[in-house]
Parts: sequence; structure tokens; C-alpha cells
Amino acid sequence: MGTASIASRLGQVRSKLGTSPPLMHLALALAGLVMVIVVLESTSQFRNGQFAAMAYLGIAAGGLTMLTGLNGQLSLGHGALMAIGAYTAALLLPDADAGTPVVLVLLAAILVTTVIGGLIGVAAARLHGPYIAGATLALAVAVPGIALYFGETLGGEQGLTVSLPEIPGWFADVVYFVSAHDVTGSKYVAYIGWLSLIVTYVLLANLSRSRVGRKWRAVRDDEVSAEIAGINLARTRVVAFVVSAACAGLAGAVMAIAVRITAPSGFTLTLSLSLLTAVVLGGLGSLGGALIGAALLTFLPQLVTGLGHDAGLSDLQAAELAPLVYGLTLVLVILLAPAGIVGSLRTWQARRVPSKPTSEQQLGVQSGGKK
Amino acid sequence: MQQFLTTSLTGLTLGMVYAAFALALVLIWRSTRIVNFAQAPMAMITTYVALVVVDAGMSYWIGFAAALLSGLILGAVTERVVIRPVEGKPEINAVILTLGLFVLLHALAAVIFGSRYRSFPAPFGLRGFQVGDMTVALTGFGIFTIVSVVVVMLLLVVLFRYTDLGLMMRASAFNQEVARLLGVKVGRMLTLGWALAALVGSLSGLLIAGGSLVHPSYMDSVVVYGFVAAVLGGLDSPGGAVIGGLILGISLSFVSGYVGSELVALAALVVLMAVLLLKPGGLFSHATARRV
Repeated sequence: MGTASIASRLGQVRSKLGTSPPLMHLALALAGLVMVIVVLESTSQFRNGQFAAMAYLGIAAGGLTMLTGLNGQLSLGHGALMAIGAYTAALLLPDADAGTPVVLVLLAAILVTTVIGGLIGVAAARLHGPYIAGATLALAVAVPGIALYFGETLGGEQGLTVSLPEIPGWFADVVYFVSAHDVTGSKYVAYIGWLSLIVTYVLLANLSRSRVGRKWRAVRDDEVSAEIAGINLARTRVVAFVVSAACAGLAGAVMAIAVRITAPSGFTLTLSLSLLTAVVLGGLGSLGGALIGAALLTFLPQLVTGLGHDAGLSDLQAAELAPLVYGLTLVLVILLAPAGIVGSLRTWQARRVPSKPTSEQQLGVQSGGKK
Repeated sequence: MQQFLTTSLTGLTLGMVYAAFALALVLIWRSTRIVNFAQAPMAMITTYVALVVVDAGMSYWIGFAAALLSGLILGAVTERVVIRPVEGKPEINAVILTLGLFVLLHALAAVIFGSRYRSFPAPFGLRGFQVGDMTVALTGFGIFTIVSVVVVMLLLVVLFRYTDLGLMMRASAFNQEVARLLGVKVGRMLTLGWALAALVGSLSGLLIAGGSLVHPSYMDSVVVYGFVAAVLGGLDSPGGAVIGGLILGISLSFVSGYVGSELVALAALVVLMAVLLLKPGGLFSHATARRV
């Protein structure tokens, strides 16, 4: 008895979790939820706002990393897809007495983006490499113009204001019960964001380990062999694009609620390219990497802007340092460590511990990192 | 009638610029199978170089030459330092790399030159001429635009058709291994290809900027239009790129004049989608089998 038996029990639990990915993902999700509660309850309102931003960037980056990392389609249009989700949410939450439940708003945003993502996906599925990049680049440049053209309904340059949905009584009670804190608006938004993120990531992680995920990888690695193995290339690509678009739509809706305003200037090409930076830096195909990337996008600008001020740059110049770092990051990661942070760590780990190279681990290293 | 004429002529001028930009993309695509999305900020940087020279009190033409020269150097350096390591790697790496350059150059320009709008001079008049009671919107600068793009195209044709250097460049684009076996210094040819493309790109940057406003992202939409034009022509054919540029310029000008300037980018997207879905090899392609 004692420590030995506890250790063996733990070992059993771990092996059980290890053999059942969905269970392991659920356990990770629960651990994540606890961490989210601890962090959100112990940080200031300003930080809560930043964490909300990290959540929506994380959701979008998670969707993008699945598409690009597992299926090999490079989308520069995820900023535009986020705009579609955000405008849907903004139209559903025009003023405080609209009373639409948040869940409904999020689902509606997902639905609309899924439909539009499907249309784009059907076109994109026939393309490859630079063509799909160019087409989605055109999408990113084109979408803000739509908001300007239909200025009557979509608010034009000023955009639409989004009212914060009322905090449900039961939610305030639960939070008070857990932490003895009252729920502020920004904390509520941060919870919405992180709950959405956790649900999204569990679904994506399971999807990536399922038949669907294996098909995505097969199509990415070798179109011809995938087709010979009976995989419908076009359908697989469309499904990947639609899943990814749905994530972007959800991210956009959370962004609309968090930022409280939805305007074309929020969805420039820069947003799409920043998302790309996040997933490339983290490691294509890795959800953990996407989250690291999202954290970088959220917290880095403040840091480097501060450094820029110290170095004697003007406000406008200092504000450009963050994109400077993003660009430099993209170039350096591709040149020096194309597998990104998570992928490189995995390679390094595999080199250090050559004892048990299970087939699954080897696969992960070869494909440049996956969850 | 007045509007129709104005729209067509504006479209023609714009089309020439898009054609030049598309040509730059095609040159790089042919030699290295990379779509250089960083072409837009590269052209933007060189335009700023011209602006700095002009602001220092020198003539427009010295600025013009300085921009083209810096384009040449920027293209060569980019290929040599950044692009060479990813040649032959998965194509997604190169695409991400050029996008990284895109963001990097953008931010660099904003830090160095500031992100406010600055006006850029034009060497010729910006007013059309009067025929009876109709204004023909073909400005002096418009004529200069058309002439300079045509001259550059002719020079490229001469280079590629009638010189040994052009032949070597074509050989390395066609088949690197064989070209190398025949004694062509392929690496040098690729660098030269990028340099020439960047030169043509910076020409289009100067032409877009002339008599208008310059800021770090003024070329962003042009890279989309240039790409659409290049795809329209087949991405592989310089002649196709020119025709694609003209078609796109004129059609976008009509969208802008008769529907709304906000929807120009959307129209370009629709054109691109239509081409890619109906004739993915470009307007002048024949069906080809995919090689396994």
C-alpha cells in the first residue's frame, strides 16, 4: 500500500487517458477550466479584457492551424471570416433590450460563417498553394468594402456598436459561489471567450484524432495516394475549410462582444496575417501552439510598444513595432525552425528520449507537430 | 458618354499598371515557382526612396531612377538572403515567407517613413484635355504611364528573346538541372530574375503613386489586383499577364464608376473565383494533364 499503490493507480489512470484521446482531451479541458477560473478571478479588470482578446484570437488561430497544419490549405482570409461572425453578432445585439441569449448569438454567428465558409471552401478546394493564398488574400481585402457599401445596415466606416448582453443571474451566482467576487462586464466576456475556446479546442482535438483528421492529413501529405485510398479530395478540403471557418465565425462573435464595436478597420489584412503569424510561430497543426501564438498576439504589442517608447520612438512609430516583430517572427521561424515552437520542442524531446518511439510520436514529429 | 469615356480611359491607365505588377509576379513565378506577395511592400519601399530623394530637392527623374535602382537591389538581396533557403521546400513555406516579408517591410516603412499620407509628385500634368465640350481623361501622366509600361515590356521581350542572358534565364526557369548541366549559373539567373521583377514592380509602384498619396499600405490592394491579373493570364505567361492586367483594369474601373468604389476589391475576388473555377490555367490555357 502507500505510495507504490498510488503510483501504480496513477499509472493506470494515465495509460487509460493515454489510450483514449477524447477522455484525455476532456481531462485537459477540465484542468484548463480550473486554470481559467483561477486566472480570471485573480487578475484585474484590464487583464480580464486582455484575456478575452486572447480567447478570441486563440479560437480563430485554432481553426486556422487545423486548416493549414493538418490539411495544408493556407488561408489569409480568416480575418474576413471573423468579420462575418462579428457583424452577425453585432446585428443580433443592437441594444441592451435585444435580450438575445449569448449562446444563440454565438451559434448564429457560427451558422452564418459556416454557410459562407462552405461557399468559399468549395472554390478553394480546387486550388492549391499560392492560388488559395491569393484567393483568400482577395477575400481579406474585399470584405471590409462590403461593410462600407451597405453602410445603411452595416454602419459604414463607424461600424456597429454591440451592446453587452445582460449577465444571467445564475451565472453571477455560480461565480460568486466559487470565488466570492462579483461579475464585472469584462470578466463575463472573458468567461464567454474562454468557455467557447475550451469547447472549440476539445472538439477540434477530437476531430484531429478521428477519421476526419486522418483524412485531412492524408490529403495534405499526398493527394494522389489519398485519392487512390478512396478519399474524396474536394469534399475533405471543403470540410476542413468549413470547420475552420466556423471557428473564425465564433471568434468574430466573441470579438464583437468583447470590443463592443464592429467596424471595417478591425478586420484589415493585418488581422489575417497576425493570425497566420500566431499559428506558424506556435507550430502548424498544434492547438497548444495556436494558444501560445494567441498569447503572443495579445501581450506582445504592449510590451514592444513600451520598449519602443523607452528607445525614444514616437507613439505612431512604437505602435508599428508589434507588426515588425510579427513579420520578423514569420520570416525567422520559416527559415530557422519551420516546425514552430511546439514542433521544435517535440523534435528536441524525441532526440533526448529515444527510448520509446511509439508510432504515434514519430508521426507527430514528421508532420511538423500536431496535437 | 462623358462618364463612359472617362471610365474607359482610367481603366486603360490602371490596367497598364496592373499589367506591370502582374508581369513582376509572373517573372518570379516562372523562375522560382513562388508568388511574391511581398512585391507590394517592396514597391512601396522603393517609392518612398523616390519620395525622399525628391523631398531632398532633386528632380523627379533622379528620384525615379533611384527607386528603380533600389528595386533592383532589394529584389536581388531578397532572393539571395531570404528566398534561396526555401527554394525546393514545400511551397507553403515560401508563401508564408513572402507574407512575413510583407508584414515586415510594411512595419519597417511605417517606422522609418511614418504612417501618415504624403503626396507624391507627378512629372506631367494631371488634367485631361478638352475636345469640344468633352473632357478626354487621358492625362499627361496617364500617357507617360502607358508609354513607360510598354517600353519596359518591349525591353523584357528583347532581353528574353534576343540575348544570351535572356536565353540562360529562360533555360534556368524551364529546367534547373539541365540548365546547370549546360553550364548556366542558375543561382545567379534566379537572383537576376528577382531583381528584374522587383524593378518592374517598383515601376508600377511609382506609376500608382504619381500625383496621388503614398502611405505604407497604398500598394496592398494592387498586389491583389496584380495577382488576379496574373492568374487571368495564366500566371506563367508574360503576354497573358499584360492582357489580364488590361482586362482587369478596365472592368474594375467600370465597377468603380458605375457600382461603387467600395466593391472594387469584391469584384476582383469574383473575377478571380470565376477564372479559377472555370479555367484554372488562365484564359488562354489548354487542358493539361496533371503529372503525378
